Amino acid sequence: MKFAAARTGLLALALLSGTSTLASADVVLRLGNDTDPATLDQHKTSTVAESRLLRDLYEGLVAEDAAGKIIPGSALSWEISDDGLTYTFHMREDARWSNGDPVTADDFLFTFRRIMNPATAAGYASVLFPILNAEAVAKGERQAGDLGVAAPDPQTLVITLNAPTPYFLQLLTHQTGLPLHPATVESFGDAFTKPGNLVSNGAFVLESFVPNDKIVMRKNPQFHDAANVQVDEVQWIPFEDRSACLRRFEAGEVHTCSDVPAEQMKYMKENLPEALRIAPYLGTYYLPVKVAKPEFADPRVRQAISMLIDRDFIADEVWQGTMLPAYALVPPGIDNYVENPPELDYAKADLLDREDAAIALLQEAGVDPATLDIQLSYNSSENHRNTMAAISDMLSNVGIESSLNEMEGTGYFNYLREGGDFDIVRAGWIGDYSDPQNFLYLNETGVSFNYSKWSNEAYDAKMRAASQETDLDERAKLLAEAEAIYLAEVPTIPILFYSSRALVSDQISGYEDNLLDHHATRWLSLNQ
Amino acid sequence: MLTYTLRRLASAVPTVLVIITLTFFMIRLAPGGPFDLERPLDPLIMANLEKAYNLDAPLWSQYLTYLGNLLQGDLGPSFTRRDFSVNELFAVGMPVSILLGGLALVTAVVLGTLLGAWAALRQNTGVDYAVVGLATFGITTPTFVVAPLLSLTFGVVLGILPAGGWSNANPAYWVLPIVTLALPQVAVIARLVRGATIEALRSNHVRTARAYGLPTRIVVGVHALRAAMLPAVSYLGPTAAGLLTGSVVVETIFGIPGIGRYFVQGALGRDYTLVMGTVVVIALFIIVFNLLVDLAYAWLDPRVRFD
Repeated sequence: MKFAAARTGLLALALLSGTSTLASADVVLRLGNDTDPATLDQHKTSTVAESRLLRDLYEGLVAEDAAGKIIPGSALSWEISDDGLTYTFHMREDARWSNGDPVTADDFLFTFRRIMNPATAAGYASVLFPILNAEAVAKGERQAGDLGVAAPDPQTLVITLNAPTPYFLQLLTHQTGLPLHPATVESFGDAFTKPGNLVSNGAFVLESFVPNDKIVMRKNPQFHDAANVQVDEVQWIPFEDRSACLRRFEAGEVHTCSDVPAEQMKYMKENLPEALRIAPYLGTYYLPVKVAKPEFADPRVRQAISMLIDRDFIADEVWQGTMLPAYALVPPGIDNYVENPPELDYAKADLLDREDAAIALLQEAGVDPATLDIQLSYNSSENHRNTMAAISDMLSNVGIESSLNEMEGTGYFNYLREGGDFDIVRAGWIGDYSDPQNFLYLNETGVSFNYSKWSNEAYDAKMRAASQETDLDERAKLLAEAEAIYLAEVPTIPILFYSSRALVSDQISGYEDNLLDHHATRWLSLNQ
Repeated sequence: MLTYTLRRLASAVPTVLVIITLTFFMIRLAPGGPFDLERPLDPLIMANLEKAYNLDAPLWSQYLTYLGNLLQGDLGPSFTRRDFSVNELFAVGMPVSILLGGLALVTAVVLGTLLGAWAALRQNTGVDYAVVGLATFGITTPTFVVAPLLSLTFGVVLGILPAGGWSNANPAYWVLPIVTLALPQVAVIARLVRGATIEALRSNHVRTARAYGLPTRIVVGVHALRAAMLPAVSYLGPTAAGLLTGSVVVETIFGIPGIGRYFVQGALGRDYTLVMGTVVVIALFIIVFNLLVDLAYAWLDPRVRFD
């Protein structure tokens, strides 16, 4: 460590493992994370911060390379049946748990049954609902044995799906697809996540976890690719205060920051241009409109409001270039989609022309802008507030009145889902997997994330047809047609695409920007 | 004195009970719950979770269960840090907060008293103005400004101390948080001691001491300062409790694993047990330190009696 100051008698007060007493040859990475995990039980996690930790600890049937492409994981190979319904995975012979046990198909069977067991209360089990009967098992309507997962022998795992799901392998890279060591879970119960108890099959094993301080992981010598893992120890440090991470990055105390303080973008662009990584990310920032209210029922009114929003200003000024202007719901660069996805037809139009067009549209709809008084609601955050304030200003250009309504984060999304009495709100969606369906299903009738409560028969029909289509190109076309229907009606107004933003030290190699912002530590190395 | 102490401690029981009861029911009034995420949970999953955490029982029964567990020293499981119980979180965080807060407290008392007394003895001189100016600066500059400035200056620019992070073994990590925590308290104590010393120097008992021909050293050090400490000591009760139970600002900015953040994190995440635990701990600290203050009064001021 850099600060080898004199140790004093106060050492006696030390209750925790503080500074690491490692041999100098050890490669230690200190990585900034967004926050601490709620738990290290993958079946009970939901956040991106948790997925980073779990991806280092565990390896699913498939894994991702540094660029985010799918590669064999605990399964060395797999076959997909012609109807797209049956996936047969062949386990890797040299896959080992950190205690030396072989990783078998039965371990995965145990894991999938556990996540679908209602008693586990796994909040994110729905990611794996494409598996046959999964939803019914999770709801307690069917027995665990009915789940479409079988292990005919320890080396073979067969997964049967409800419908062809072309993104199923992508789904398995989600933390819900990571295996558990059955014997440990059975003997320790909920305490299996404690350091010392936790047995994992990934590149690293859990060493210690001090809340609000750090999570330490050591290289797993049993990992099948351990020979290529360059890092001996990873320290994941939670930073709720992004500026604190920036300071510690500049002081050379951490090698990466998973996020950056948006208000200091200018400073970082000037002073840390090499370290600052801004890359397209699989997420959309959009504004659901309450379509049930008479003043917003007419698509032309929503379209006019959408036209008035200067996305470039919001992306560049409010978000300091950490967001990209969006004229569609599905982010660019996504897998399984058409070459030229649909977008709002005024995407390239001049803002002044758009204002004129908006006035004309409102007239056509018989709405006098002066009669509109829109409440813009958002969950507490400086950037959300500034975004809404900017939009309010843009609407006032044509005489539309609006007011800001800040709401506390806890309960905000419940309020949206449960039909809260809003006019226009902000929402964000980060994709769980790289497929347009993960974004477009937000507009389907009856989906709880359909905050606008928009319901369109033609749209739902396209989505249904896409879910049954096994030909990927045909399916992509159907999805694009659905998005075109959505864009014609804008029940939610897409305004920004997220980008991932990180600080990565020039000492780190192997960190490749990718759409999912996945950077497993097994691909990283430290140049000393 | 023992009877007095015991009586005071006994009278604290209803106080704590009222605090616990109010907190328990007030936090339940807040909208949302610990398992409300951006993604809704399936009603069945939610029901299972609530059952696992005994949230499905009637509120009065949850309240009684909580009190029962509390009597056995069990603060319950944390809802938002599900790999830990509240006891485990405090077991790790308390020593850190007490270490930092304790050192900050000692720093504040020693420095504040010295500066305050020095300024009082040199009233209306450059020293006095400098101390009063420094104290005003210390009181008016918020911690969330001081902490990043210190971290930037000593951690990033000069690179002589860690910009953040924590080690129980390496005091280099303690310096900046202690300075940040102590600065406003040094300021307050210096002002209190200065004012009280000026007054004490003009009081009858000090004049009498001087009339006896005692050396200035004894007059000031024993007679004047002892009386002058009274306002500072009464200020120290709640301050010590606050310092020892951690500071959310300092812990967040420096990345310190104390217990100061748990109250805010718990409240925002509707982590009922974590909030309750924090409230109980803070309440106990305040009660204990107010008692200590009253005992110290008797030692400092011979006129005070315990009956």
